[in-house]
Amino acid sequence: MPIDPAVIGSRSPQHSQEVERGRLRFFAHATGQADPVHTDLEAAKAAGHRDLPVPPTFLFCLDMDNPRRGDFLAGLGVDVRTVLHGGQKFEYHAQAYAGDTLTFATEVVDVYAKRGGALEFIVRATEVTRDGELIATLTGTIVVRDPKAAA
Amino acid sequence: MKTGDTLTLDAPEITRTVLALYAGASGDHNPVHIDSDACREVGIPDVFAHGMLSMAYLGRLLTDWVPQRRIRSYEVRFSAITPVHAKPRCTGTVSRVEDGLAHLDLTISLPDGTVTLVGSAVVLAN
Repeated sequence: MPIDPAVIGSRSPQHSQEVERGRLRFFAHATGQADPVHTDLEAAKAAGHRDLPVPPTFLFCLDMDNPRRGDFLAGLGVDVRTVLHGGQKFEYHAQAYAGDTLTFATEVVDVYAKRGGALEFIVRATEVTRDGELIATLTGTIVVRDPKAAA
Repeated sequence: MKTGDTLTLDAPEITRTVLALYAGASGDHNPVHIDSDACREVGIPDVFAHGMLSMAYLGRLLTDWVPQRRIRSYEVRFSAITPVHAKPRCTGTVSRVEDGLAHLDLTISLPDGTVTLVGSAVVLAN
């Protein structure tokens, strides 16, 4: 099913997430991160951080905590089992820490097709702010495979 | 940092436990990564790794290399899935240094030669 390019420019409702120390420790464990800067508050402070730092890709996880994250694809009529993560970009402007409350605001920036429509690409940009200050911009590309189109 | 500098990081074997832990920690509970029964129902032979798990390992390579505050941007394209039991190797190479910024080429490959991820990062060179 072709994705209507009119979706470009549309915005999802923003959401806010608090960064929790325990979750960061769990993420460090799950990704094999043994550097105590990511798990031990004293080690983090000794390294010049004011709290446990948010590692480079964890902002993506916080954005996934959006309780309405499923609404976007459902609204387009896309089955999540036909979706792949094509690419991901992070641009960093400031370090985020445990204890921060971060706000995520997402806009669709591009939609295009390849292979005669068998693969459709949706590009979304998410601005992450803390008290209005831009912390990072995340740009994600998701690939929708049309199982009925010729690959 | 200078052109040609290289760093590698060997990720652990991607066991089902690794995938379950990453699902919990990341909040990505998509069953294609943790539930082989759900995979087979839609014709996928077995679970495979979250792309963002690979990106997290490569992020570790970056923060092992430079303090995190020096990372300006980090981007990847996922080129193949990472099957369960894979052993990904992350590699970063400085492709050029100019205007105080080091540009890094990033890849993840499997022992059979499959490249699962290609990317790049820009970091403050010092």
